[in-house]
Amino acid sequence: MKSDTKLPEPCGIQEDILKKYPSKVARKRSKSIVLNDPKTEQEIQANIRTVPGIITQRGCCYAGCKGVVLGPTRDIINLTHGPIGCGFYSWATRRNQTRPGPDGDNFMPYCFSTDMQDDNIVFGGEKKLREAIQEAYDIFHPKMIGIFATCPVGLIGDDIHAVAREMKEKLGINIFGFSCEGYKGVSQSAGHHIANNQIFKHVVGLDDTVKEGKFKINLLGEYNIGGDAFLIEDLFKRCGLTLISTYSGNSSVDHFANSHTADLNLIMCHRSINYVAKMMEKKFGIPWLKINFIGAEATAKSLRKIAQYFGDKELIKQVEKVIGEEMPAVLEARKDVEPRTRGKLAMIFVGGSRAHHYQYLFSEIGMKTVAAGYEFAHRDDYEGRKVLPQIKVDADSRNIEEVVVEKDPKRYRLRKTEQELDALKKKGMEISKYEGMMSEMEPNSVVIDDISQYETEKLIDKYKPAVFCAGIKEKYTVQKRGIPMKQLHSYDYGGPFAAFKGAINFYREMDRTVNTKVWRMIKAPWENEPEITATFVVE
Amino acid sequence: MLLRHTPVEIKERKSLTVNPAKACQPIGAMYAALGIHGCLPHSHGSQGCCAYHRSTLTRHYKEPIMAATSSFTEGSSVFGGQSNLLQAINNIFTIYNPDIIAVHTTCLSETIGDDVNQICRKAKDDGKVPEGKYVIHTNTPGYVGSHITGFSNMVKSMVKHFSESTGEKKNQINIISGWVEPSDMREIKKLAKNIGVKIVLFPDTSDVLDAPQRGKHSFYPKGGVTIPELKSTGDSKFTLALGRFASEAPAKELEKKCKVRYRVVDIPLGLSATDRFVTACSRAAGVNVPDSITEERGRLVDIITDMQQYFYNKKVALFGDPDHLIALTEFLVDLDMKPIHIISGTSGKQFEKRIRKILECKVPEANVKNGATADMFLLHQWIKNEPVDLLIGNTYGKYIARDEDIPFIRMGFPILDRIGHSYFPTVGYTGGMRILEKILAALMDRQDRDSLEESFELVM
Ligand code: SF4
Ligand code: SF4
Repeated sequence: MKSDTKLPEPCGIQEDILKKYPSKVARKRSKSIVLNDPKTEQEIQANIRTVPGIITQRGCCYAGCKGVVLGPTRDIINLTHGPIGCGFYSWATRRNQTRPGPDGDNFMPYCFSTDMQDDNIVFGGEKKLREAIQEAYDIFHPKMIGIFATCPVGLIGDDIHAVAREMKEKLGINIFGFSCEGYKGVSQSAGHHIANNQIFKHVVGLDDTVKEGKFKINLLGEYNIGGDAFLIEDLFKRCGLTLISTYSGNSSVDHFANSHTADLNLIMCHRSINYVAKMMEKKFGIPWLKINFIGAEATAKSLRKIAQYFGDKELIKQVEKVIGEEMPAVLEARKDVEPRTRGKLAMIFVGGSRAHHYQYLFSEIGMKTVAAGYEFAHRDDYEGRKVLPQIKVDADSRNIEEVVVEKDPKRYRLRKTEQELDALKKKGMEISKYEGMMSEMEPNSVVIDDISQYETEKLIDKYKPAVFCAGIKEKYTVQKRGIPMKQLHSYDYGGPFAAFKGAINFYREMDRTVNTKVWRMIKAPWENEPEITATFVVE
Repeated sequence: MLLRHTPVEIKERKSLTVNPAKACQPIGAMYAALGIHGCLPHSHGSQGCCAYHRSTLTRHYKEPIMAATSSFTEGSSVFGGQSNLLQAINNIFTIYNPDIIAVHTTCLSETIGDDVNQICRKAKDDGKVPEGKYVIHTNTPGYVGSHITGFSNMVKSMVKHFSESTGEKKNQINIISGWVEPSDMREIKKLAKNIGVKIVLFPDTSDVLDAPQRGKHSFYPKGGVTIPELKSTGDSKFTLALGRFASEAPAKELEKKCKVRYRVVDIPLGLSATDRFVTACSRAAGVNVPDSITEERGRLVDIITDMQQYFYNKKVALFGDPDHLIALTEFLVDLDMKPIHIISGTSGKQFEKRIRKILECKVPEANVKNGATADMFLLHQWIKNEPVDLLIGNTYGKYIARDEDIPFIRMGFPILDRIGHSYFPTVGYTGGMRILEKILAALMDRQDRDSLEESFELVM
């Protein structure tokens, strides 16, 4: 992020954090804490196990699979096979907004579970699963059912895929399973991968209908928290881009089935969804662009990038027109807010790409991101895809299937010739590439992967940032320290923050967050006064 | 319509739960453990469960919920979680320095059969538990019971690990709080104090999960039952266990271990249950009920006499946890209301029996179900078949309330979209008044909204 002032020196922060840890833990954590120097190539340790006993932000594979990737899709019954808790806690808690589709299907306000009991654990739960699928079919007549395995399922050896095949045959609707037991991988990330794989294998390509539209795109890794995707959809429409599918927000499995007919994939959240983009590229010949609609400048840049990719004069003109329509209000809001936010420090520790994307929004109102990190990202999200060949697959990732994809003999179609792509690349366009977060962060910023509660406290005490961004579990520990906290998973039930209108919302939201009066009222008036010794009132 | 796929016609379900009216054991264990002073709950399993439980409790309380996890990997699931837990205990004492770690298991560690008792002992033998610090543990498989079972199990473990009888009785009684809010625990302590009886309340989440904003986060807030207090429960004269489902097991354990006799009374929610609680307290301590309490009671009764017409024969649907529902159903019947649909995801035969008994004269034909497939989907279908004037339950009820346009009061766990439950009690006579205020506001707002212009009332 460009900026005219320098960040404070991070002197000693790393040692300060590590000194309390047992030596083994300190050694391990030291590799996940980097003092950023964007000019040199720095390595950060990521996507490795959390140390037991450390209070972490991370969740599990099931959460990443069922909660994140499949959750936001309205017209599939997501059936959790397991004890009740996993399904209960992931029930409607992620704020993915949806409108019912033309067929009226919307199962998102529902929670479906087999509610396994101890005799299912002892004798197996396949019978119960089979029955539950039948009951779901009889009552709801869905067009698709996904089965999600939780921790005990894998251990007791229930074969959810066999049950899925059997019931698919019997009922004549699409039914398939996700082996996303919570212990797989080291975080939600493994679940993203498994979700990508299964959607790709069981849904993508089922519908070859070619839709009308000159510029057909898929939007990948946009989950429509607080209505972000609605704003982006609106932009696409006004620019003349045809959205085939969104993975996955305000989304439909019918759209996934048809998504291989698009001309271009756009990746928002690189971490959670790059797999499907890669597989589509290989099988169907669809290239992808990393774009970002968080931040007004980033949105404009992304739209221009898309227009440039298609290289159509009309489209380029239309995109400029839309940007021109949106920017005045953005600039006005910025002018209003910036005097009250300029120079303030922010910290962002969330997810797989928000920690990167939100830095743009902060910089637009003059705020500086002094520390950032991801909860479940990999090295490529920090350092760029160039490090992919160097990443070793360890014991925790080995069992996550890498789907082998080949060119589809009939449906593979080069969207652009090699020459055309080369020409675009020569003009500076990055195709199927992502540079990661670190190269764009300022010198002296602190980058921490899988930050712990303890490290969070240390950082806050050192820098006293104006705002700290993370998730619900961190929310009140930060605020109790007198520091405003903004949730960037759920947006604190506000938003949308994407695109131009979302940027304006965010500027105003930050103005409120860092300047609200209450932070100055924490101390009672008498707490600042010297102790009173004399007694004026006698009982 | 939010729940647009819920049909009126009820089909029997055996294996599919839709929109559950319960959560799983460990979250209850975690909540209970937060009611011990200086305690860090620890979830022995993969980190997902712990993340979910912390998130849900955080959303409910809007407070920091600190808890650690063994962060199982696929390897630990195959080879067992012993090394994870040993490492965790060591790290927790070094980094977060609690007085006590309260370990609970999860589906995963239970399925693979980890022996947490043995592992905790080993931690001690290996010197991983510093002098004067404690590790307690309980078994809480998510596939048995519900969050209430987990709560009960953790409280039982407190007794198992700490209660001791020195042979010398103390002039105090134990009150096992059951799963109530910090505000309720505060109110119970206040009631006991006013009655003049010295109590040990456990667990006690007041001053833990309603901590004030003072510009600094104390990792272990000042509240919570202390370890010396827990130890002393073995010398108490008597135990009052609030709510059979959450509190009988620990009370029984205490009787077995330290010969402290116990009595189960309902959670003191509503008029009759509070009457019984107050009577039981005064008997156990051998003191008369002071006039100040009788006056408090009188204020509650006063509201009922004044506003009777608004309650009379109104149909109510409710869902939630058994101990609460029993007391609440009785209160509604005391108000001459008609609870016609009652659902709890927690199993146990006692529940339906008790509820039927309470409803015997007023609504013998009520729909009552608990345990497997007693879920909110069924409740919604019942409501579609026989509509109600009021719905009472946790936040998830708002979907039904909106679709069916029913006045709705939030009570129970979890409440994710409103505040108040952690600050204002629903137990005791004061709590009763708050419930009445809520019921009246919901019903009267509805009347104001729906009345014709000519019949719109100024005075009500
Ligand atoms: S049901 Fe079991 S696996 Fe699921 S969250 Fe609860 S303890 Fe964890
Ligand atoms: S049991 Fe497993 S799948 Fe369920 S929440 Fe826990 S870690 Fe995740």
